[in-house]
Parts: sequence; structure tokens; C-alpha cells
Amino acid sequence: MSSERKQRIAIFKFASCDGCQLSLLDAEDELLKVAEAVEIAYFPEASRAMMKGPYDVGLVEGSIITHHDADKIQQVRRQCRLLVTIGACATSGGIQALRNWKDAAEFVRTVYPSPDFVQTLKMSTPIAEHVPVDFELRGCPINKLQLVELLSALIAGRKPNIPTYSVCMECKRRATVCLAVSRGEPCLGPVTMAGCGALCPAYGRPCFGCFGPMDSPNTVALAADFAAKGHSHAEIERLFRSYSAWAWQFRRATEERRQA
Amino acid sequence: MTTASQEGRPATTIRVETLARVEGEGALSIRLRGARVADVKLKIPEPPRLFEAFLRGRHLTEAPDITSRICGICPIAYQTAAVGALESALGIAVDPMVKLLRRIFYCGEWIESHALHIFFLHAPDFLGAQDAIELAATHRPVVEEALRLKKLGNEIVRVIGGREIHPVSAAVGGFHRAPTRAELAALTEELKWAVDASVRAAKLVAGFEFPPLERDYEFVALQHPDEYAILEGRLVSSHGLDIAVADYEDHFVEHQVKHSHALHSRRKARGAYLVGPLARFNLNFAQLSKLSREVARECACEPPCRNQFRSIVVRAIEMLFACEEALRLIEAYEPPAVVKARWEPRRARGSAITEAPRGSLYHRYEVDENGLILSARIVPPTAQNQKTIEDDLWELTPTLLDRPLEELTWKCEQAIRNYDPCISCATHFLKVRVERG
Repeated sequence: MSSERKQRIAIFKFASCDGCQLSLLDAEDELLKVAEAVEIAYFPEASRAMMKGPYDVGLVEGSIITHHDADKIQQVRRQCRLLVTIGACATSGGIQALRNWKDAAEFVRTVYPSPDFVQTLKMSTPIAEHVPVDFELRGCPINKLQLVELLSALIAGRKPNIPTYSVCMECKRRATVCLAVSRGEPCLGPVTMAGCGALCPAYGRPCFGCFGPMDSPNTVALAADFAAKGHSHAEIERLFRSYSAWAWQFRRATEERRQA
Repeated sequence: MTTASQEGRPATTIRVETLARVEGEGALSIRLRGARVADVKLKIPEPPRLFEAFLRGRHLTEAPDITSRICGICPIAYQTAAVGALESALGIAVDPMVKLLRRIFYCGEWIESHALHIFFLHAPDFLGAQDAIELAATHRPVVEEALRLKKLGNEIVRVIGGREIHPVSAAVGGFHRAPTRAELAALTEELKWAVDASVRAAKLVAGFEFPPLERDYEFVALQHPDEYAILEGRLVSSHGLDIAVADYEDHFVEHQVKHSHALHSRRKARGAYLVGPLARFNLNFAQLSKLSREVARECACEPPCRNQFRSIVVRAIEMLFACEEALRLIEAYEPPAVVKARWEPRRARGSAITEAPRGSLYHRYEVDENGLILSARIVPPTAQNQKTIEDDLWELTPTLLDRPLEELTWKCEQAIRNYDPCISCATHFLKVRVERG
């Protein structure tokens, strides 16, 4: 063990389901080793001891949907040398970004009998729309092994080895029969970033894009292909508008098609 | 050192801005005037994500995946409640083995969630530690055993659903894929170990010191004639409620308070009630396994148990039960003849309640003839317990006023953690703040 100071890690939550930070506690085999290798300085979900910043690394879960959180992320950024978003909410706004196409005030009236008590923004936005982000870990939820790799890389001071190719690559490696080719099903695998291990196709269902867009995806072409195979615009729109709906590559797929 | 009840002081606030070791963002504020509690507010500033609004217009097949995103801790509760409500709406009869597999799936979630709460979120309070990592320095074998139990619960979920958080196999009508007998049988040896480990866990936590707070709660839980209810049954209470799930909204109302983004639930004409392990244990004790009942007796924890601090013991007993139940069901499992039942969309309405680790979870959907969702209503367990948590604090705080502020604050936090509150769920909830004077 080196005599160097341990990296101080902090974990922050915004609008989210808690699943991504839970992934750290779910890394049962690695958790105690991680806790020895780094200083977990701020992790309210797991500890009452909340140490003040600055921190070496801030892991941020969740999207920004309140004025309070829009201010808080600025403070968080100032306290963290490196800021890493974990999961689809922090990286692209999450499922709650579906409000971005609708009337958020009407949404609040639907859920709450006294909407005036509820303070929320019209849009759900990713962290990178507010502050510079140093690295994004994808997934809804993130893959815990990718989180351990990320933390290991940060401790070693190297770049994390996280692939940016598509789910199709993982499907081939797993030797799963292609659902798009064999059954003509609308599968987002060709445009979705790897990381889940091509889970859904192995479970007999097409990919629904929970890891968000891969590096340089041609989402417009894929949407056109779905349309050519007889899928309705509404169906295609629902497919691209889910857990990473507000990612611009996924937005393009349905917004440019409509213009064309 | 100041204590909480120094006469003649101005109004003081006990304040916890960020409540730790709960799922999601919450705060507590208790205002004291001398030896009197003036106000208790469990604040839920967790940002509102508005699921019930954006579910409208989505296809009903998406409901299990979308609603699981309400909570990363109990996705199976959401998925099974969603499919249950929609199957009831569409009149879908699922294969008996699908039902059995869902129960194994759910046992996995109970084991994983209960192990997390018992050892990582709740036990540190009783042992005076800030967290389980600190606990690992003094109780390493206990923490290692806890991790192994949690891992097993997660492994059951992974085998059936592909991954621990937001698994991908649940479908309206059944499953997208059912595991083979061999895949589930591979869990047997670890489950046998887990039965013994759960007995050790129950005996360990039964030795903790429990503040003597007993209240006449109205316990509410599912009840089923043939089994310790998890996925289906009638909704019953310790105070005479006995209704079909479909009648839920006739008997319970949600009420909004200014300090919370989670709606407070009340039983009409009665008021606050309690859902969760203590409710299930008190109402359905006779249906626990023989070993679970014996261990409960050895732990001096038998119904009626009205002390929420003891819920940690009840959770350990339920974890033991879930391990035995998973073993029994895996033995009986055969891959379903119909993995996913066929169905046709129609205009309909249906509801379901399942027993999430932290209590009853209600879903209701209205769908149209194209399979699109017209309306959705979701009532998570923490929203239902919110009023009861505040009521506990009204009674607990005056008994602790001679204690130093730090100890008083910590005990109040612990009383909240008794409920294993899931704030992410409740908002679709916690910071602690005590004002005194």
C-alpha cells in the first residue's frame, strides 16, 4: 500500500431512483476492498459521517429538476476535482425527462392535489447541461463492474476501460440470435452503448436502449428502418423516448424524421 | 453539554438536514418548547419525478420496466405490482409456475433488501457506528456474512431477471424468459447456508437494546389463505379492515402536506396506519415457516409486537423465511408450460398490491383498446407510513429530552430508519431538524 493520501470520494444524489449508487453497495465482493483503497468521505445513503469537501472524485446520480438542485450542482462541481455522472438520469435526464415534451405544470396537477406546494422545473436536464463533466458512466442502472473499473482507474490515475461500441457487439460475443434479423423486432441494439452484456436479447426481448446512445450512432437511419418495417411513428417515438429520451442522438431519431 | 429540555431557553430546533442511511433524500425538523414538542415535520424534498403523469400514453407492456425506475432498491415490487394490476385489468390467467417463479423472484428481493437494511442501514444505530464500513472494523465477520446474504438475494434476482437492479424478465402475462431448473437449483447450497446465517442474524439483532416505544398501530398488510402473503390476497388490518385489493381507493385517501413531495396516506375515518414487516408479522405470523416461528420465540419477538425498533428482528425473521421459502419453491419449480400468456388489449381498469420489503405497494391502471395507458396511480409503502413515522416522533421525543442533543437527534433518526423508508419511492422522501426551547 502506498503511503500516498487516499482519494476522497463523494456520492451525490439528484432526481433518481437510487439504483446507481446502490450499485456500489451491490458490489459485495469488492465493497470492503474499495472502502480500504479510497476514503468514502460523503455517501449519505450508507453513512451518517458526512465529511466536508473538497473531494477528489464526485460521483453524481440523478438529473436536475428543481431550482434547489440547479444551485446545488454548482456547489458540488466546485468541491470536486473530478466529476463523474453515474447512470442515465445524470447523463441524459432520465425517464423523468419525458416532461420535456409536455406541460410540466399539467404533470404536477395530475400527481399532486395541491400543485402550488410543489417546486419543480419545466425540464429534466442532465448534469452536463449545468456544469462540466469529466466522465460519464452509462446505464439504467449502471453496471457495477464498470463502476469498480472506474474507481480502480481513478485510484491508479489511468483512463477507465469502458467500451463505447454498440450492444450488437456484445450480442454477437454472447452468440445470441439477432432479434432484428430473425424476428424483425424493433431493437435499439445497433445504436445503444454496450455495458449491460446484451441482456435483453438474451432474454428474448429487443434492446430498449437503457445504456443510452453509443459513440456516433445513426439513429435517424435506424428509425427509418423501423418505419419501413411497418412500425408506427408513435411506436418509434416511444422506443427512442425512454430512459435516455433527452440524449440528443435519440431525440434526433424522431425529431428529424418528423421534419423529413 | 446541553440537554434538550433546559427550561427558559428559547425555541430550539432539532435539525437533520440530510438524513443518512435511507434510500433517497429526506430531512427531519422537530421544534421543542421547554419539555414540550411543538412540531414534527418529516420533510421530503426529494424532487418529484411525476411517474403517474408520463405513464399516460405509454404502452402497457412498458409499465413494469418504467415503474421499476421509481425505486432501485425494490424494482421487483414495482414490476410485479404493475404486471399484477394489468393482468387483472385484461383478465389474463398466468401459468401456475409463473406465479411460483414470481414468488422466488420476490424472495430474492426480500433477502437482498432486508440484508441491506438490517446490517448496513439499521444495525449501525444500535451499535453506535456511523456506517457498516466502520462496523467492519469491529464486527468484520458479521459484515462479511451480511454481504454474503445480500449477494445471495441479488443472485436470485439476477438468475431470474438478468441483473440485480431493474431486471429485464418481467412481462405482462408472465416472463420474457424463464430460468431452467438447473439454473435455480444452483442456488440451493447457498440458500441452505443462508437459512443458518439468517438464524444467526436474528439472534444477534435480538440482543440489541430497544427503546420502549410501543404504540397501538393499525397494522395493514396483504393476507392470503394459503401462504404468507407477498403477491396476492386481501388487504386486512389489525383493526377490522378486510377488503379486496380492487376496493383500496374506497378505504384509503392520500393527502398532501406542504413540507413533503410524498403524499400522506390515511385510512378513511381512522387515520394513520402502518405497513411493512411488523404489520405482516403480526397479521400473518401463523403462516411463517415452523423454524421462523421457533426462532421468533427464541428471540422473544412474538405477535403482537408493537415496538417499531424491534422491526430489525422481524426483518431478520422474514429474511429467514424468504430463504426457506425460496428453497421450497426452487424444489417445486418446473419451467412454465406457458412462459408468457397471450392477451389482447381492451379498454379496462385493474389494480394490484404486492408486499414490497418495506410494505404494501398499490398500483392501478386504466388502459385503452390499443394497449395505451390512460391513467395510473401508485401508492408506495413509505408514503403510507409517513404520518405514522411523524406520530412515533411526537411520542418518542418527550421521553428523550434529558439526553444530550446529539443523542436525541440520533435516536430520532433511528426511529425513522425503523421504517426502512424509501424516499425515492415516496416521491414519486428525508433531512432531520429538531427545534427546542
